[in-house]
Amino acid sequence: MIEIGLGHYLTLGAIIFSIGIIGIFLNRKNIIVILMSIELILLAVNINLVSFSIYLGDLTGQVFTLFILTVAAAEAAIGLAIIVVYFRNSGTIRVEEIDKLKG
Amino acid sequence: MIAHAIFFYIFSIIAIISAIMVTVSKNTVHSVFFLILDFISISCLFIMIGAEFLGMIMLIVYVGAVAVLFLFVVMMLNVAQQTNQWFISKESSRHIPVGLLISVIIFFELIIVIGGWKYKPDLFNSENLFIKQEISNTHSLGQVLYTDYIHIFQISGMILLVAMIGAIVLTFRQRKGVKKQSYLKQISRERIEGVEVLEVASNKGVKIDD
Repeated sequence: MIEIGLGHYLTLGAIIFSIGIIGIFLNRKNIIVILMSIELILLAVNINLVSFSIYLGDLTGQVFTLFILTVAAAEAAIGLAIIVVYFRNSGTIRVEEIDKLKG
Repeated sequence: MIAHAIFFYIFSIIAIISAIMVTVSKNTVHSVFFLILDFISISCLFIMIGAEFLGMIMLIVYVGAVAVLFLFVVMMLNVAQQTNQWFISKESSRHIPVGLLISVIIFFELIIVIGGWKYKPDLFNSENLFIKQEISNTHSLGQVLYTDYIHIFQISGMILLVAMIGAIVLTFRQRKGVKKQSYLKQISRERIEGVEVLEVASNKGVKIDD
């Protein structure tokens, strides 16, 4: 317990990943919370990459974490723009009321 | 080593609790604030285990840009005042056990994989990417990022450019009835259109603009 190893960090990543998936499934509110859950999942991936990089002594994981950060920022910007356009057109972003595609 | 353990447990417990609060809090603004707290504690963890550059970049990118973007959209769309109830009807809470089951299964699968994980010591033979102890983290990242990974770096810049253009194109709209300057019309105006010379008759005056 006292000796913090790679397993502790991977467990933290697994817990945050699972919480993100719970957030996507259980959401009955607006889509913004779903986007935040996706950010949590990407954060868990980042934790895994950085802890592997540090404990194996290889720098590649940190380089790829930078690129994941870039993609996450782009995804958040595009997703929020889509949400703004949808809200302008239909007046709501509640998950239950978005049923244009009859899914 | 004990300090490492204490700080790891403090930051990870804060991160887990705030991640739970992101998903369960009823107010969307509170969710965004807990997301910010989550990112801050995870970047503290990154700084603690020796990835200082990534920790600082995460503070700047996530807390400074993405979380503020989320807050902006939440305030602009006025969703904080919508009633956020969890279980509106029996029908809407039907799929909650399924979601819990799936995420618990995924969590235990990940734990099983992590628990039995071992790697061969000679698995990695990329000598140039080993973390050198004598130079700092930022220095070694910079040495790799602009030489070995230059193409991926430029592609990520292109991704950001496409995201920026896409967001502008999506949210841009032309409003009707708003008065605007037309530069082309202003520049191409001639003397003939603007000035007219009139013969003014005595005691009658001139009628303008009829």
